Amino acid sequence: MSEKIRTVIVDDEELARQVLRELMSAHPELEIVAECANGFEAVKAVTELKPDLLFLDIQMPKLDGFEVLELVGNDMAIVFATAYDEYALKAFEVHAVDYLLKPFGADRFEKALQHARQRIGGSGPDRNRVAEIAQSARAPGEYLDRVVVRDGTRVHIIPVAKLDYVEAQDDYIALASEGHKYLKQQTIASLESALDPKNFLRIHRSYLVNLSRVAKIEPYGKDSKVAVLTNDARLPVSRAGYDRLRAVLEGKG
Amino acid sequence: MHPIVSRPRQLALYVVVWIPLTGLLVYLFRAAGLASQEAGMLLWLLAPIYALLCLLAWYPCQATPLHNSGVVRIVVTHAMAAALISGAWMLLAMLYVSGLLFLEPFQGLSHYAGLYRLIFGTGLLIYLLWVASYYVMQTMESTRKAEQRATEARVLARDSELRALKAQINPHFIFNSLHSISALTSIDPAKAREMCISLADFLRTTLGMGEKTLIALNEELELIHRYLAVEKVRFGVRLSMEEIIDERALGCIIPPLLLQPLVENAIVHGVAHLPEGGWIRLNAHAGDLLTITVENNFDPEYKSKRRSGIGLANVRERLETRYGKDASFLATADGDCFRVAISLPVERSAAA
Repeated sequence: MSEKIRTVIVDDEELARQVLRELMSAHPELEIVAECANGFEAVKAVTELKPDLLFLDIQMPKLDGFEVLELVGNDMAIVFATAYDEYALKAFEVHAVDYLLKPFGADRFEKALQHARQRIGGSGPDRNRVAEIAQSARAPGEYLDRVVVRDGTRVHIIPVAKLDYVEAQDDYIALASEGHKYLKQQTIASLESALDPKNFLRIHRSYLVNLSRVAKIEPYGKDSKVAVLTNDARLPVSRAGYDRLRAVLEGKG
Repeated sequence: MHPIVSRPRQLALYVVVWIPLTGLLVYLFRAAGLASQEAGMLLWLLAPIYALLCLLAWYPCQATPLHNSGVVRIVVTHAMAAALISGAWMLLAMLYVSGLLFLEPFQGLSHYAGLYRLIFGTGLLIYLLWVASYYVMQTMESTRKAEQRATEARVLARDSELRALKAQINPHFIFNSLHSISALTSIDPAKAREMCISLADFLRTTLGMGEKTLIALNEELELIHRYLAVEKVRFGVRLSMEEIIDERALGCIIPPLLLQPLVENAIVHGVAHLPEGGWIRLNAHAGDLLTITVENNFDPEYKSKRRSGIGLANVRERLETRYGKDASFLATADGDCFRVAISLPVERSAAA
């Protein structure tokens, strides 16, 4: 294999990056194209440079390793490197090729590299599903408290409390928050299942609404309804959505 | 559970106690003018009957425990119970005497006008005697139980402290540190050795503290410095720590490993999530109370889902088991500043 393997290292500790640099130095075909110290840098580097191999820490400032993958997909071979063993299962669910537990040495590193080479030679998994897998690997009863969205190389973090509604648009969803709309490649159903049903309700096949934003329900046409939000946005409400909405609102009253 | 009926030894003792008691009754009956033959004939049956009846006195005692019943309630309850029980005894005595009257030698009893008053009166007296004894038993029992509870609480508190201490050493801290050491071995062997020593110092001190119940604040600060020496290698300039310790506070004694978890929490949930680094401020002041605050900045956008609060909960739990209401624990987040404030009684070691 004469071709270079373009590699990005992501770890917030300089010394941890040092270990990887040193272990990689034995392999001239590995080319380090970027080193990142936090999640934002990682998203930017991976989006711009499209590396073949990514060494990724999990606990990092700004975005954790899984959130990074949620935003950049898993088109490359991913090797997690962390001191925490409890994320191993989740790591393999997002199709990481290996999971290095710190501290690790040359032997373990070589094995990870071998796995990575197999992946780089073969075909990658369906990248569209990463966001769903990353979000679904939650403990039962635990819901997202923020949604991360990538806009080019920029990352937006939207706390779910600031999310007004979500609209399905073909393969994407548009997240409306504080007057902005953010596009994300994910299905509305998978986001719905990751949000607390006490706060978010599917009022229409294409609309998921933050219940605290609903100001009133108005009739629209013969037998359909619209939900008017506190920011005056008007969202269609399907018949099934209206039933669900009434059940929740009456249950609360 | 009846304290006498349920225990054979107590029951035997009860029977033994009734022997002199019967003697006393015989004496009283004779003093009241009955012939010894008559008193004997009455009491050989009536005394055991009353012994049985007096076992019932336990229930009104049980219903009105001394420590949480009003005086009026106690008096009324026992007045009624006494009247009932001695009344029952008197009725049985009447039946028995009416039988005895058919026997030649005991026909004299019918001339004895005050017989039933005497029986009722002595009945009341003996009832009250037993009430007093039951209350003594009850008090002894509750004292014993209270002592047992206190012992159990002490054992529990000790257990939870030990568990808390073991949980304090965060394995990820050790693994991350070892990873840093492994990085240093090739680029800066001297620094790698230094870090090994810092880590060993910290671990040795932490493990050794499990045996002590109280240490000087001074010692805890030294431990924190050892801990920070290790973390400083990992985080470099990203980690800064400031201490404002009042001179008087230094000699105060506190449970070991009370503050180190707070500093560790500040690093794990604060500094570790700030790419430009974070600060930790430790403040200790000894006035009427020893007040200690640990403050740090953190990224409010990053909500940590992991392990959050275990260290803090441990500190709170340990303060509670050791000092109860005399200590306080308050954790607050204001903007990007997280603050834990604890206060505990000022104590100084006897040696100091």
